[in-house]
Amino acid sequence: MNNKNRKAWLYLLPAVLFLGFFMVYPLIDVFIYSFEEGYNSASQTFYGVGLYNYRYILRDPYFLQAVKNTFILVMITVPISTCLALLISVGLSSIKAVKNLYQTIYFLPYVTNTLAVGLVFMILFKQTPYTDGLANLIINFFGGSSVDFIGGPYWAKMFVLCFYTVWVVMPFKILILTSALASVNQDYYNAAKVDGTSRIRTFTRITLPMISPTIFYLVITGFIGAFKAYSDAVALFGTDLNAAEMNTIVGYVYDMLYGNSGGYPSYASAAAIILFAIVLTITCINLLISRKHVHY
Amino acid sequence: MDKRIDYAKIEKSANAKETTRKAVIYVMLTVWAVMVLFPFYWMLLTSVKSYSAYNSEYIPQFFTLSPTIQNYIDVFTSVPLADYLFNTLVFTVATTAIMLVVTVLAAFAFARLDFRGKNIVFTIFLSLMMIPSELVVITNFVTITNLDLRNTFMGLILPSVTSVFYIYLLRENFAQIPDELYYAAKVDGTSDLKYLLKVLIPICKPTIITITILKVIECWNSYVWPRLITDDAAYFLVSNGIQEIRENGLGRENIPAMMAAVVVISVPLIVLFLIFHKKIMAGVSRGGTKG
Amino acid sequence: MKVVLQNLTKKYPSRSKTSREDVVAVNDFNFEIPDGKLIGLLGPSGCGKSTTLNLLSGLQKPTEGKIFFGDDDVTGLPAEKRGVGLVFQNYALYPHLTVRQNIMFPLQNLKGEDKLTKQQMEEKSLAAAKLVQIDQLMDRKPSELSGGQQQRVAIARALVKMPRILLLDEPLSNLDARLRLQTREEIRRIQRETGITTVFVTHDQEEAMSISDMIVVMKEGVIQQMGKPQEVYDDPVNLFVATFLGTPPINVFDGMVKDGKLYIGDDAILDVPGAADGQVHAAIRPEGFIPNENGELVCSLSAVEVMGRDISVVSTHKASQNTVIRSIISAENTIDLDCDSVRFSVKPNKVFIFHKETQERVRFEIGG
Repeated sequence: MNNKNRKAWLYLLPAVLFLGFFMVYPLIDVFIYSFEEGYNSASQTFYGVGLYNYRYILRDPYFLQAVKNTFILVMITVPISTCLALLISVGLSSIKAVKNLYQTIYFLPYVTNTLAVGLVFMILFKQTPYTDGLANLIINFFGGSSVDFIGGPYWAKMFVLCFYTVWVVMPFKILILTSALASVNQDYYNAAKVDGTSRIRTFTRITLPMISPTIFYLVITGFIGAFKAYSDAVALFGTDLNAAEMNTIVGYVYDMLYGNSGGYPSYASAAAIILFAIVLTITCINLLISRKHVHY
Repeated sequence: MDKRIDYAKIEKSANAKETTRKAVIYVMLTVWAVMVLFPFYWMLLTSVKSYSAYNSEYIPQFFTLSPTIQNYIDVFTSVPLADYLFNTLVFTVATTAIMLVVTVLAAFAFARLDFRGKNIVFTIFLSLMMIPSELVVITNFVTITNLDLRNTFMGLILPSVTSVFYIYLLRENFAQIPDELYYAAKVDGTSDLKYLLKVLIPICKPTIITITILKVIECWNSYVWPRLITDDAAYFLVSNGIQEIRENGLGRENIPAMMAAVVVISVPLIVLFLIFHKKIMAGVSRGGTKG
Repeated sequence: MKVVLQNLTKKYPSRSKTSREDVVAVNDFNFEIPDGKLIGLLGPSGCGKSTTLNLLSGLQKPTEGKIFFGDDDVTGLPAEKRGVGLVFQNYALYPHLTVRQNIMFPLQNLKGEDKLTKQQMEEKSLAAAKLVQIDQLMDRKPSELSGGQQQRVAIARALVKMPRILLLDEPLSNLDARLRLQTREEIRRIQRETGITTVFVTHDQEEAMSISDMIVVMKEGVIQQMGKPQEVYDDPVNLFVATFLGTPPINVFDGMVKDGKLYIGDDAILDVPGAADGQVHAAIRPEGFIPNENGELVCSLSAVEVMGRDISVVSTHKASQNTVIRSIISAENTIDLDCDSVRFSVKPNKVFIFHKETQERVRFEIGG
């Protein structure tokens, strides 16, 4: 028996070691860091314990800017990407020809390097002395005047960031929704059809309730993912996000940790914990709402 | 007689409606397909335009009649893109290999072996799935720095090898294999390790392949951790490399060359995707999320 | 509503790699369903009965041929315009709606001049629920109902809009044996009360025989025979129909006709005047055997099963195509179990002979 136990633990040992060292310990440690005042990463000393780190970052204009950016990004991209993905998935489920081809194409952005493809979006939107960029070409075509989406006004930059974020998150949502739609028993649709149900009514009264658990799953993961946005912004605006007014909360955490303004793990920890307090709250609200509206 | 005409009319209008509906759907789907593919087309197109041609186009051209491979030569000669690719390859292969060993062993222990505390340990494992990487990255950064492992492959690889989700996925797959196979093997005097290697792994090969591919994609695209842990360009991975190229690399704003670099680092994954798209999509829809 | 099928054919493109020929699911159907009758489409799986039902409902379009409801050609009409009620094999009740909402669902689809007030909808759905006796369960969800209750809800939902015809796909297959008996009586009653022309599909011949006004026996997309259940049973046109109908199944022997006599083995068991000489399949219904000490058919006795009113004699014969011969005889007869063999004479109207190759019925005169 003892021998058996030892053998099982031997199999588990690598996983336990790695997880303990790089996940469990850091998880505890991050809370400790966040309360250590005046931590010096060179000498590894600190002079007090308290809430000073939290107070500091809550007064830091860069952090407030990052919170504002993140909230705008979340509130715009989550509803838009979910609705758009739903629309496309429903369309995709109702065709036969080229369905597989389109499904594969739609999934392509999932496997590509966010940083690399972000550069393509940057050149599509960027205004340089040589060219206004393709996006402005389209705006000009419809009679508008050119805007620098990468180095220009705040709303223009936010638009590109939202646009790119939606483009990046769509593959996952389309994939999940398409498989949810495919798992709805075809008999329900046949029954509705025989009863003369209109397409819109079939969609709102049958399809939507049937896939509501999946939609809520996507909304919740969408919120979590969008709150953690970072590399999309780096891809578009470069590593100095504070200068571009486009920093996100996660970006702020990393900037505090490392880089030009780095070296403050305590501030980084406090910011990370605030972020997860926000995410946790929003997730709980989502779960409460979904319990009311998801039917089974 | 009147009634029959009526029916023909209903039939006709229903058909017309159906045709319009189909047309609208196809148009919408095609628009989105173009939206998805266009950036890829644009990066390919830009990467074969010459520097001077690109900069002389105030209105961007949608095709080019004089493609050049000069940009591809540039990205391998004037910036160390080949080094970045090599680093990424080493990082990806090593991380994925270690991850596989750790994951297979742990999944086997959870699925097949009995030991004291199994349920508690597994519950802790599951709850770890909810821990966001952003929380633990801070301490890991400090740890790796204190261990003097910055700008080393060890520092890059070690914190990236564990994935609770893959352990969970593989455990579920292992657990589906009927107990009888295990007992039969035991009766024949097969050791646990041999049973794992000769029976379980071959049977669960599809899941293992899926995990491998997903991990490879994750490694190839990883940005945050490598950025924190490397500031010596000799250890940059492609994601950091492309940022480096953008900010300091090709001297002037050489966008065509930058796009060539983007193409070079995107191609391996796109090829992988085209070969394994069914497996990748099935794996992701089984509960994978990005990041 | 009378329903007429004219040359109805449905082909599917071939899926197999070896043959490129289309699969013909329904092959040139012609029949007429009289108004207000209950029709059973009967056949083994893959015979095209479900396809026929889908063609009637409009969920599938025929490759050729026409469908008429009354005098209206509805062939090209989409399902939602046909006004049919369809009960699915798995009931397809919307799991997120209550029984009331499920039944009301078709009524809420009505538009224009057919549009009903809420009050009318309530009344109609309650009436439908009463008809199938589930009016006590209106506020439950389908998952809270038993299989039989779900079945009733499905029927109520199909009936509530007063369909021109009612279609039932394997209505009893998801119920346990006891409920099956009860429910088939129920279907019969509901059909009688509403008078709606009803078509149902089943692979269970007993089910079809017991409640249908008319049965249509199908095999591999081709109609074999149609008529009143008893008529089809008493007068099958080919070997398939004879073996498909009846429990216990008919006993088939290798036989031979020579000089107007039917031989099984070496024994001439029956005079069959008018039948041509040659090899045949000889089929005898279980109830067609009469134990007779001087009987012509000699079988080796295996067992006797007493079932109260009847007894079932299990025996074997070297010319039998089935492993055992089952005969049902009245319990008043006594069979001596100590004997190795049992002798039967046969009832001429329970014996059918079929051509060896075509398996078509070979008719003979039943005389004195």
